[in-house]
Amino acid sequence: MWDYSDKVMDHYRNPRNVGKIDDADLIGEAGSLACGDSLKLFIKLKDGIIVDAKFQTFGCGSAVASSSILTEMIIGKSLDEVKNITNKDIADQLGGLPPEKMHCSVMGHEALEDALKKYYGDDYVELNIPEVSDNVICTCFNVTEHQIVEAIEVNGLTTVDEITNYTKAGGACGRCKGAIKKILEKHAPKKETKLSAAQMILKINKVIETVIAPELQKDGGDIELVDIEDNKVFVKLQGRCSSCKNSILTLKSFVETTLQDKVSQDIEVVQV
Amino acid sequence: MVIYLDNNATTKVDKRVLDEMLPYLEDEYANPSSMYQFSVKSSKAIAQARAQMKDFFGAKSEREVIFTSCGSESANMAIKGVLAANKNKRHIITTKVEHACVLNLYQTLEKQGYEVDYIGVNSSGELDIEELKEKIKPDTALVSIMWANNETGVIFPVKEIADIIKSKNPETKFFVDGVQASGKLDFDLKSTNIDLLGVSGHKFHAPKGIGALYVKSDVIIPPLIVGGHQERGMRAGTENVPYIVGLGVAATLAQDALKYELTEIKRLRDKLETGILKRVFNARLNSSISNRVPNTSNIGFEYIEGELILLHLSDLGICASSGSACTSGSLEPSHVLRAMGVPFTALHGSIRFSLSRYTTEEEIDYTLDKLPGVIDKIVNLSPYQDELNHLRNSK
Repeated sequence: MWDYSDKVMDHYRNPRNVGKIDDADLIGEAGSLACGDSLKLFIKLKDGIIVDAKFQTFGCGSAVASSSILTEMIIGKSLDEVKNITNKDIADQLGGLPPEKMHCSVMGHEALEDALKKYYGDDYVELNIPEVSDNVICTCFNVTEHQIVEAIEVNGLTTVDEITNYTKAGGACGRCKGAIKKILEKHAPKKETKLSAAQMILKINKVIETVIAPELQKDGGDIELVDIEDNKVFVKLQGRCSSCKNSILTLKSFVETTLQDKVSQDIEVVQV
Repeated sequence: MVIYLDNNATTKVDKRVLDEMLPYLEDEYANPSSMYQFSVKSSKAIAQARAQMKDFFGAKSEREVIFTSCGSESANMAIKGVLAANKNKRHIITTKVEHACVLNLYQTLEKQGYEVDYIGVNSSGELDIEELKEKIKPDTALVSIMWANNETGVIFPVKEIADIIKSKNPETKFFVDGVQASGKLDFDLKSTNIDLLGVSGHKFHAPKGIGALYVKSDVIIPPLIVGGHQERGMRAGTENVPYIVGLGVAATLAQDALKYELTEIKRLRDKLETGILKRVFNARLNSSISNRVPNTSNIGFEYIEGELILLHLSDLGICASSGSACTSGSLEPSHVLRAMGVPFTALHGSIRFSLSRYTTEEEIDYTLDKLPGVIDKIVNLSPYQDELNHLRNSK
């Protein structure tokens, strides 16, 4: 059984805005019956504002939930506002989706994009993606290079498996996996350029002050930055933390991982 | 409340099985190989379970029974064993609809240079015997076919196939995956040309983690797990006494229940199936009607998706399974239904119901009562309303 969030379950159990709008101004479509999921999104406009939206979905629980929440996200908004909605926004609104189900949020976004393209025509500017072709890369699921690059850019994808989870590309015969790997190498999120020593100190200090210290203070503890030497960060745990027998755990599993996450992977935290 | 209609996935452990196992998890913990009186009960218990499995298989001798940890181990031991014992032969024949545990192994063997032919099935799920006949050649080391398909329940005529194989090439060995046929058919292997057959206990009310392999006495294969002398050196590792005991008891109970399986379970399965096909306009049967194990029904619901059906059934306490891509974690729907050419309108909305001797009439009635509402709800979501209306009006 998938680990669906309560919100996903609520939306597939009680989908909102189901059906079609007979006099819809825009209809966006994505997916297909053969591929296992498809979505039709109906939009009613008044003065550039989406006054009504409905959907019909053929798909699993997360596909229905993604469609349902998308209608809630766009009703009452202007077309200019909804242009910025990404698949990640849809997944986030649902409280997250299992990794293998992220393609459902992508399908929601694609249907919205399809509707917007019909409205804006040639003027529709897609997400700021460098020149990428609409060549079909995965013929099993009919996924284009553009769709793959968009998924990489929006979601910060770094592996071929992730791209399959998000776009389905490579999920059937697998013959296009080499091509996907090449696209990934070209468009994968760039590693951050190395910080100078001064930048590093400033950043570490900021993370400790704004993220780490407030968390420890909640439990009656605190932390003081003592020194920084290359990748070693020397800190002193204070208050209740200093006498806590779990302080090593706090240091490694919270302080160190937070700094690694937010500043640099190679940081080592040392207690003084 | 749990209405468990997914007995091809696993089954409830029979209380009588558990009761016989418990002493060996408590006081009778001796290693059956040890040299003191305390171990006698353990070693006798294994001997008794072996005799029970001999009867279950319809084997000639207890020596033809090897205890394993599961169906996958039985299959791996049989297949790798036959190939290792026949190194000069490089050709294998199997079917397109085998269980993944076997299919994935053949794909690995192909990469190692074996030539593998995958025999197809027709739209009823029945094997193309003529194609099979043509493929057998002097180089064929192994033919590997399941007795009953786990998704559709369709029975393959393995006894006849065994005769065909031996008449075309007496040296070719025949392995039958008996996992889904266990407790649903009488094996009676001594009267057949089947060389090896694997079973898994948890499909017939023994616990998970125990299986067995039948190896005909004149078939020589090396062990898969090498080490101690257990199972006459054929499967090293200290015997899992409580589970072996459980398997033996479950096998005997399954034989006793065979008639019930063929009459009462079949009656309930047929009631469920005809009820669904009658009440739900977009339902279609995904297999032949007659040639099936008595507990399985695979029904496709057109223009809707299977995972969503399962999720809604789950909310009502009903457990079933689906050949839909979404439920498997892969992105492709069932290889079995695709091999049968099930139309893609029904492929993603296919649901398997599988019953057991614990299934009651009330459970079937409840499912029949609730299912049409679930399907209605999901049909209303579908973008294919025109196609659905067409179906509704033509029914």
